[in-house]
Amino acid sequence: MEQVLSVLIGILVASAVYLMLARNLLRFLFGLILLSNAANLTIFVAGRLTPGAPPLVPDGLDAPVGAVANALPQALVLTAIVIGFGLFAFALILAFRAYQSLGTLNTDEMRVAEPEEIK
Amino acid sequence: MSWYLTLPLVIPFVAAIIAYLLRSSPLGAWVSIIGSGLGLIASIALMAVVLDAGVVAGQMGNWPAPFGITLVADLLSAVMVLITAITGFAVAIYALGDITERQAKLGYHALFQILLAGVTGAFLTGDLFNLYVWFEVMLIASFGLLILNGGKEQIDGGVKYVALNLISTILFLTGIGLLYGMTGTLNFADLAVKVNEVENQGLLTVVAMMFMVAFGVKAAVFPLFFWLPAAYHTPSFSVSAVFAGLLTKVGVYALIRMFTMVFDHDIGFTHTVLLWVACLTMVVGVLGAAAQSDFRKILSFHIISQIGYMVLGLALMTPLALMGAVFYLVHHIIVKANLFLIAGIAKRLTGGTDVYKIGGLYKSAPFLAVLFLIPAFSLAGFPPLSGFWAKYIIVKATLDVEMWFVAFIALAVGLMTIYSMTKIWAEAFWKPHPDGIEPELKTLPHKTAQILPVAGLAVLTIIIGLNPEPFVLFAERTTEQLLDPTAYITTVLGEAS
Repeated sequence: MEQVLSVLIGILVASAVYLMLARNLLRFLFGLILLSNAANLTIFVAGRLTPGAPPLVPDGLDAPVGAVANALPQALVLTAIVIGFGLFAFALILAFRAYQSLGTLNTDEMRVAEPEEIK
Repeated sequence: MSWYLTLPLVIPFVAAIIAYLLRSSPLGAWVSIIGSGLGLIASIALMAVVLDAGVVAGQMGNWPAPFGITLVADLLSAVMVLITAITGFAVAIYALGDITERQAKLGYHALFQILLAGVTGAFLTGDLFNLYVWFEVMLIASFGLLILNGGKEQIDGGVKYVALNLISTILFLTGIGLLYGMTGTLNFADLAVKVNEVENQGLLTVVAMMFMVAFGVKAAVFPLFFWLPAAYHTPSFSVSAVFAGLLTKVGVYALIRMFTMVFDHDIGFTHTVLLWVACLTMVVGVLGAAAQSDFRKILSFHIISQIGYMVLGLALMTPLALMGAVFYLVHHIIVKANLFLIAGIAKRLTGGTDVYKIGGLYKSAPFLAVLFLIPAFSLAGFPPLSGFWAKYIIVKATLDVEMWFVAFIALAVGLMTIYSMTKIWAEAFWKPHPDGIEPELKTLPHKTAQILPVAGLAVLTIIIGLNPEPFVLFAERTTEQLLDPTAYITTVLGEAS
């Protein structure tokens, strides 16, 4: 399973890099979300994939009994997904505003803040 | 739970909520000032506790480390929190005369307080994933501040800032995942112990490089700095001052923390990379500044070149060099924030930030000229100001390890810094205004609110410069803690480990 997921992560990163190298801001953002999903999967796989029982603590005990799945990577991934979602929403709105006020999504044409030197 | 660890975090959040509720009233700005003032008091209290105890730690939710989230303050964290609070307080006052009613209504003061909370949290946390969360708090607040009520310029700068910072965030997250996979822990203190047990040390170096790139983007080192000069000259002056002072330093802090405590297994490789990065950062930053004509763009490129000095201190990894890096961090935050605040006053007096199109400040506003000269000379490293000692320690450290070429670069970059500062001085202050305007400080709205923080920060530079001994001794103690994290580890994990 680890191998399959590793290959998947590789494909995600490769397509993300391909998309992010484009001049179009929207493509860049799509690449970004693929990359952040690849990162989430990395955390998930790095936390070991074990067919363990759910990590539930029985009544009256302090620790779960027997072998249980590691819940921490899932907690990390969950946090990362939420944060990534928020940031991506912001970035999308920013791209929309950029299109409205600058009239382009081509990053090469975004030269308002750093105008080219007039020779 | 230790109140002195949580208060510097709780106060800005509470202030942010109140400031947001009062955003339409002029009271919002005062909430921000009072909040920052209380934050300053809390961080002084934290400093007092840490000076006494060395390292203090608190486990949130009473889960023992390494399972719960730990807040730790060693001397480095404490001094960074203190300097953040000082800068925050100064900029909060300055905002009275800088932030428009419209920006305040959109929630400027609330975002500003959240930014301070994010920065403080990043300095105080003892957990790698928690550091990521604080980075995000800081990042989203900075996104908001950058484009608040923005026009074309702000949106344009914002796009580049957001894009590059998000990539660094994802790299950081991937690095966290891989490091967790290898060590099974995220607690700094626990990591410092567990990395020694990792069998595949080569893989560890790979992960270390991922962290170096991720933090390198935040710290704006060569060749990852391009978001900084694209964005820092666009927002309001309060915002760029607090960005310039604090944000890149969080990246440097994270580099120092990780590459002294956790990734010290292959110094020969990682720190040599850092050394090259540091030299190139210094040179490229200062050359970039020489080519600019905008007040804030010149200053932005100087942030980059100065970051190089701090990374150089880390790269050499000798006690003296690290001490220089710590000293440099503190000195640079004060000076850089101050210069951006002065740029704001200069803009309001003369009507622009392009140094070739403004002028006459020396003749009609000599007091402002003096206030500019102090941080400018300090940045360039003139004795007896704080920058002189910072540069002196770093250069001395390079000479001690007989890296003549590196020492030469450090000194040459210092000279080039003077060149840029003289350019600002000659154009904006010395020559008469091309349009014949004679800007006077008297005409400045909210004069006291703008001059007071600038003067206060300038006085701090002079104090550090004239009386460096206690600060140097402090930096020395900090370095001892960094190079020997035993106290840090035992405080966090308890005596048993």
